[in-house]
Amino acid sequence: MNGFPILTLMLAVPLAAAVACLFAEARAARTIALLATLVDFVLGVLLWVNYDIGGAQWQFTERVELFAGFSYALGIDGIALMLIMLSVFLMPICIGASWNSIEKRVGEYMAAFLLMETLMIGVFAAQDLYLFYIFFEAGLIPMYLIIGIWGGSERIYASYKFFLYTLLGSVLMLIAMLWMANEAGTTDIPTLMAYDFDPKVQTWLWLAFFASFAVKMPMWPVHTWLPDAHVQAPTAGSVILAGVLLKMGGYGFIRFSLPMFPEASAQFAWLVFGLSMVAVVYTSLVALVQHDMKKLIAYSSVAHMAIVTIGLFAFNPQGLEGSMIVMLSHGLVSGALFLSVGVIYDRLHTREIDRYGGLSINMPYYALFFMLFTMASVGLPGTSGFVGEFLSLAGIYQVSSWVTAVCTTGIILGAAYRLYLYRRVAFGEQKNADAAAMPDLDWREWAMMAPIAAAVLWMGIYPESFLAPMRQDIAALDARVARAKPAGDAQIKAGKPKEAAAEAHTAHEGAH
Amino acid sequence: MDWSHSLRLIAPEELLSISGLVLLLVAAWAGDKASRTISVLCVAALVGAGVLVAPALCAGAMGPDTVAFSGQFRADAFASFAKLLIYGAAAASLMVAPAFFERVGAMRAEYPLLILFAALGGGIMVSATDLLTLYIGLELNSLASYVLAAFLRSDERSAEAGLKYFVLGALASGILLFGMSLTYGFTGTTAFAGISAALDGGLTMGATFGIVFVLAGLAFKIAAVPFHMWTPDVYEGSPTPVTTFFATAPKVAALALTMRVALDAFGGQDGAWRQIVVFAALASIVVGALGAIGQRNIKRLMAYSSINNVGFILIGLACATAEGASAMLVYLAIYVAMTLGGFVAILMLRDAEGQPVEAIADLAGLSRTRPMLAAGLAMVMFSLAGIPPLFGFWGKFVVFQAAVQAGLVPLAAIGIAASVIGAFYYLKIVKVMYFDEPADKVAGGSDWAHRFLLLATSLFISPLGYLLTKWLGSLADAAAAALFVAV
Repeated sequence: MNGFPILTLMLAVPLAAAVACLFAEARAARTIALLATLVDFVLGVLLWVNYDIGGAQWQFTERVELFAGFSYALGIDGIALMLIMLSVFLMPICIGASWNSIEKRVGEYMAAFLLMETLMIGVFAAQDLYLFYIFFEAGLIPMYLIIGIWGGSERIYASYKFFLYTLLGSVLMLIAMLWMANEAGTTDIPTLMAYDFDPKVQTWLWLAFFASFAVKMPMWPVHTWLPDAHVQAPTAGSVILAGVLLKMGGYGFIRFSLPMFPEASAQFAWLVFGLSMVAVVYTSLVALVQHDMKKLIAYSSVAHMAIVTIGLFAFNPQGLEGSMIVMLSHGLVSGALFLSVGVIYDRLHTREIDRYGGLSINMPYYALFFMLFTMASVGLPGTSGFVGEFLSLAGIYQVSSWVTAVCTTGIILGAAYRLYLYRRVAFGEQKNADAAAMPDLDWREWAMMAPIAAAVLWMGIYPESFLAPMRQDIAALDARVARAKPAGDAQIKAGKPKEAAAEAHTAHEGAH
Repeated sequence: MDWSHSLRLIAPEELLSISGLVLLLVAAWAGDKASRTISVLCVAALVGAGVLVAPALCAGAMGPDTVAFSGQFRADAFASFAKLLIYGAAAASLMVAPAFFERVGAMRAEYPLLILFAALGGGIMVSATDLLTLYIGLELNSLASYVLAAFLRSDERSAEAGLKYFVLGALASGILLFGMSLTYGFTGTTAFAGISAALDGGLTMGATFGIVFVLAGLAFKIAAVPFHMWTPDVYEGSPTPVTTFFATAPKVAALALTMRVALDAFGGQDGAWRQIVVFAALASIVVGALGAIGQRNIKRLMAYSSINNVGFILIGLACATAEGASAMLVYLAIYVAMTLGGFVAILMLRDAEGQPVEAIADLAGLSRTRPMLAAGLAMVMFSLAGIPPLFGFWGKFVVFQAAVQAGLVPLAAIGIAASVIGAFYYLKIVKVMYFDEPADKVAGGSDWAHRFLLLATSLFISPLGYLLTKWLGSLADAAAAALFVAV
């Protein structure tokens, strides 16, 4: 695959299909979209297979000086590879989820989704500062249209809120980017990641980037766009929002804030910890009292993302790896949970939790999948959620026991609201006749749920497959931020063991 | 003085003047029947003038060779860049007009001629290097514009627009003349080079007042806050093809003129006018954005949008650097394309009886009845809001880049944050067209010229436009360099 522009091809396939969908009628548009996303998935698998673990940091690089002021530069490291895989994996499932539920303006809908796919891959593959910004911002247009045209009853308010919130966050980042390019004399992201900005300026630059990524993430208190957007978006829109768009914030922290501004990151780590702690506790409590299933899952996303941010700002490999796995896991699990909601929403057209009940009787397979994803979301060992949360919390424990203590309550609260949700939906009496009459999963829904379930279990049982490509990049990042690493609060002093006991201990060790 | 050299340099102006005068005679004899033919000939004259102008831009002409009539007039790359935009916008305003005026039975032969003379005046404005040439060009442009605003004689709104434009325009001209006389009085010359040399010695109180009044007069012409009040009324009242023209050609001319005056004549004293420009820029961005939110008429909305855009362009001027000037020119080029696209789309909005549809509420559900038109208009709106990957983003990008390079980071940060307010009302149009239930007000059928222009401008502002950034950037750089060469 040397020299073959596979990343460009991955960008071009959905783009071309998007144009084709605009002019196609409904049935053809669905087929085109599914084929294009599957082709992109196959290309993604090829990308992963050909990715040389332990090889060069940036692989599959392409660079063409097409534009004035910035270049068309693509390339991926392990972190970007994993996030691209997540995107191409979720896309065919999203198309499948919208197969029957979208009835009006199918061509435009599919075109918007395919355009989103191009832009998401572009964000993760861009190696030029401005190219990144263009992909990052351009995603607003198709998402605005997806929420606004095909969304629920409050869709217009939600679409405005989504667009303006994210735009306001991002424009300040653009000014910071302009300043950085002017100062460093380059727009090449790998070069900038090694460039040492003056710590005083870093503060401002960090804040400008934070404004953008914190909104995208989203962190408390700028998370309020998320529940609105999630609830109003169509099922597939929620999947993409939760699955991939939120990851752009985390990716931004990993790619920009941490390596480019290590001193400022250390300086503001406590701001991030503070906001994350509030987010974990507050949004979990809010989720507990929701009556709307999608809103509940949306609030749980905010809590999960807070675990990501504390892991990122722990400044150690465990925290960083944990954050990445939480992001990947959350992408799969929350996507799957939104799909689960979509499955029953398609049948009953309500998201009200009280309208369901006892679904495990008439929909046993559905209840099984829903159970698996709920458990993965809680972080049960054996599922992907456990690996990520454990690593993140282990990372933050090296920095602060208090933050760990507060954030760990999130796991308990998380178990509380998720299991409460599950009990109300799947167990108990079948109090509503229409809900009791719903048929179980059909083959299309099986085809959507089964791959995600497999991936969730794979990541939970053998996370090494996912960690291996990222390990080297995370080590590099850790080395880069090492100089600003905060001291941990747990100053463990090795005590003086008794002579005899110590000897016995050594002997015991030696016996092993 | 080498007359033949000077006359060669003003060849485009000669072509436009002679064709304008000859066609005026044709119009007098042939009457309104010939108006379509005259329109075609006027477009041909503008294209011819464009061909004459282009070599100077491509060669990056600058320096003493470009000076005509002992420093009255300069035909350098900068002037060529602006002239190409002016001629292009004027030609487009001619192409869209017949279909509009014929429907209301008001197509008259004077329309193309007035546009031609206004374009000629605009060309003289951007080439002026003397206060007197400046004034001649400005008045030639303005007088033609006043008549154009009132072109639909039987329409009350059009007459009102013409009168308003004339009274306020005359006031602005008075302010400008007052400033010019002060400048002349305190520097002893009307030539830009002389003024610049005289001001290098230091700024007297009188000269400061001169600068302030000149800039105030020019701010009126470019519709910068606080001299913007006429814009919404005039844009709404004028016939739409005329509004198309107002929003593009005279705006380019006045902005290029302002650049020449500020950076050449007052170039040594940028400290004296920078605050004014910074204030006007931020005030225009904010007022343009806030004023547009409550509008129900799409032409008024576009008027506020043009005020908003002028604010962004002025950020480039506040830099007072060659990069800033180059960024302004790139922005202007993109702005002209976006505005043309927007107004052509507005011209295509007609109800079943062929009456123009201007109320924003009547656009509801346009994406289902006229998908291509709605897509074109939506692209213009997103582009005006500066959302990548549309080309409008690039204009804002280069302007803010220049501001950051010039060290004006706070200005750039405030300006770009305020641009989010603007995004709100552009989104409103998209929302009405795409999210609302169809109002079925807009009927089908459009003129081929409209379709062609909308397609061309849409392609330009689409992401494909980025392929032009290198070419556009180098032309703008050459033009901006010409502005900064002392003769």
